[in-house]
Amino acid sequence: MAWSGTAGRRVLVTGADTFWGGRTVQALEADPEVETILGLGTGTPSVPFGRAEFVRADQTYSILARMVRATQVDTIVHTFLIVDAAHASPRTLHEVNVIGTLNLLAAAGGDDSPVRQVVVKSSTVVYGCAARDPQTFREDTPRSGSPRTPLERSLVEAEAMVHDFSEDSPSTLVSVLRFANVLGSHLVTSLSRNLSRPLCPSIAGFDPLLQFVQEDDVVRALLFVTRNRIPGLFNVAGAGRLPWSEVAARCGTRRVPLPPVAPTIPLAPLTALGVVPFPPDLESLLRYGRGVDTSRLVGAGFHYHYTSAGAVQSFAQSLRLRRAAGRLPTSYTYEHDVEQFFRHSPSVVRPLET
Amino acid sequence: MATNGRPSTEVVPLRLQDAATEPLDDRRSSDVDEWGRSERVRALARRLYDPVYTSWFRAEWDGMEKIPTEGGALLVANHGGAIPSDAPVIMHGIEKELGRPVYGMAHYFFRTVPLVGTLWSRAGGVPAHPDNAYRLLHDQRQLALVFPEGTKATAKSYPDRYRLRRFGRGGFVEIAMRAGVPVVPIAVVGNEEAMPVLFRLPTVARVLRLPYFPVTANMLAMGPLGVVVPFPAKFRLKVLDPIVFDVPPDQERYSKNRVMEEAELVRALLQETIFDMLRDRRSVWFG
Repeated sequence: MAWSGTAGRRVLVTGADTFWGGRTVQALEADPEVETILGLGTGTPSVPFGRAEFVRADQTYSILARMVRATQVDTIVHTFLIVDAAHASPRTLHEVNVIGTLNLLAAAGGDDSPVRQVVVKSSTVVYGCAARDPQTFREDTPRSGSPRTPLERSLVEAEAMVHDFSEDSPSTLVSVLRFANVLGSHLVTSLSRNLSRPLCPSIAGFDPLLQFVQEDDVVRALLFVTRNRIPGLFNVAGAGRLPWSEVAARCGTRRVPLPPVAPTIPLAPLTALGVVPFPPDLESLLRYGRGVDTSRLVGAGFHYHYTSAGAVQSFAQSLRLRRAAGRLPTSYTYEHDVEQFFRHSPSVVRPLET
Repeated sequence: MATNGRPSTEVVPLRLQDAATEPLDDRRSSDVDEWGRSERVRALARRLYDPVYTSWFRAEWDGMEKIPTEGGALLVANHGGAIPSDAPVIMHGIEKELGRPVYGMAHYFFRTVPLVGTLWSRAGGVPAHPDNAYRLLHDQRQLALVFPEGTKATAKSYPDRYRLRRFGRGGFVEIAMRAGVPVVPIAVVGNEEAMPVLFRLPTVARVLRLPYFPVTANMLAMGPLGVVVPFPAKFRLKVLDPIVFDVPPDQERYSKNRVMEEAELVRALLQETIFDMLRDRRSVWFG
């Protein structure tokens, strides 16, 4: 099946109940070229969808192959890779990142597959984080050592499968975006949770340089490669790098130095209680930091709205608002029956399709 | 799922077509650049180091004008001494005279040492990785300083002073070729007497996970102070003519043969220059 100019695109978004999936669905709904949007998730959506439909599935997406055949989607946007191991066991990481991707690619592959593009939201975690690393990773820079944390392992494995898939399926465009650490006004990660407290961890004697991408740029980048059908492997990160000390200062938090040897031990009780999220990947990041080269995506025509410092700034502003006005109340709860009613009941008056 | 955010009802504004490249807000509160170098820290280091440079080592340069005042260049020098003073002296001298930053490349081991790694980075140190060197030289047209002998030179004992070790695998030549920049050899004399290594303790090094653990003459003469304080040997530095390799830049591979040959030529040239300088040197302390 070739791309048709007039008929709209049919897009399936995985992880539609997560932050990224939800935002991607919302962004796709605003795009008139997209005809159908299907959201697949394991929970319930946290944001209201307009015309998109939500389908609940198990976390390994075993239902996906059937769905792809039934709905004839031409694009799959895979936002469901876990890139922050704070609340995920190694087992979950494997199930979601490796088995989930495996099922997704199996569903998208095959001779009779309607899928023409697969977009994968990955992370710069795949580069690892070690003293031997170069200061800047290009998309083709190899890791300086083998993966050390369960998160790295699962992402490296998932990306390897995506790579094999793109070689085996020349008729399908494969876009893999590796995002740097994300900051913004809404997203909650282990890094942002640490920065939003009065005290945040650091490793004594280390002040690494970090690179950030703002959450809106993340969704814009996903949409950019989807809309313009750009295949390839891309780093996505704001320009510039900031030392951890500067990030902490901008967010109004004081750094608590942990011992350079076994820094996780004094934190262990707090980590176990879930008070301080400190996944193993954060430890090496707070030692050596990570930087990526973003010229490939910029060369493809993408314009960032935020630099690294700008991403930190937007996060700091949202923190100030939250400290002054408190958390904004949750404004939306997903009710399956209500959503189905508005989408499918004959009683609902719908504007005529043009 | 871990990255589940708080609910948001906003639709992301889609401004995909905007070709307008208004400058983005990039306000910073520190002057740390992407290499971790801070000009403020560097200026402070220069102020503190200047008395050492002028009064302690009384460094004297010959041929400073051969160092390019613009564009990338790879500075290559001989190395020595338990805690080598050649790197700070070369960086200080060039920055003082030419006003150009010099990025000193060293073993990534420094990065793993708390505080030392951070200070080293803020003061213009960069881990010696081929990608880092290429980025500095080619993309940013900076001066990078390398010691191709690496720790083989700083670990050698006093009787081997001024005998240059193997120049690695010639990686520095390959980087200069790839980046299309000249190699500028710098011969340093005086450094080997500033902190001579008498012998090494490999067991201690293994336990402390250090590349080597030297016992220096300074330690015997000054006690604990001698761990960091060098002797006031007279430093003489001679800049040789820049070497431009007649090959196209940005090639996937360069002839290993040619690379090794050029590396050996640079090594021999530096070795010969150092012997010449030693022939003319009357005193270790007064030059």
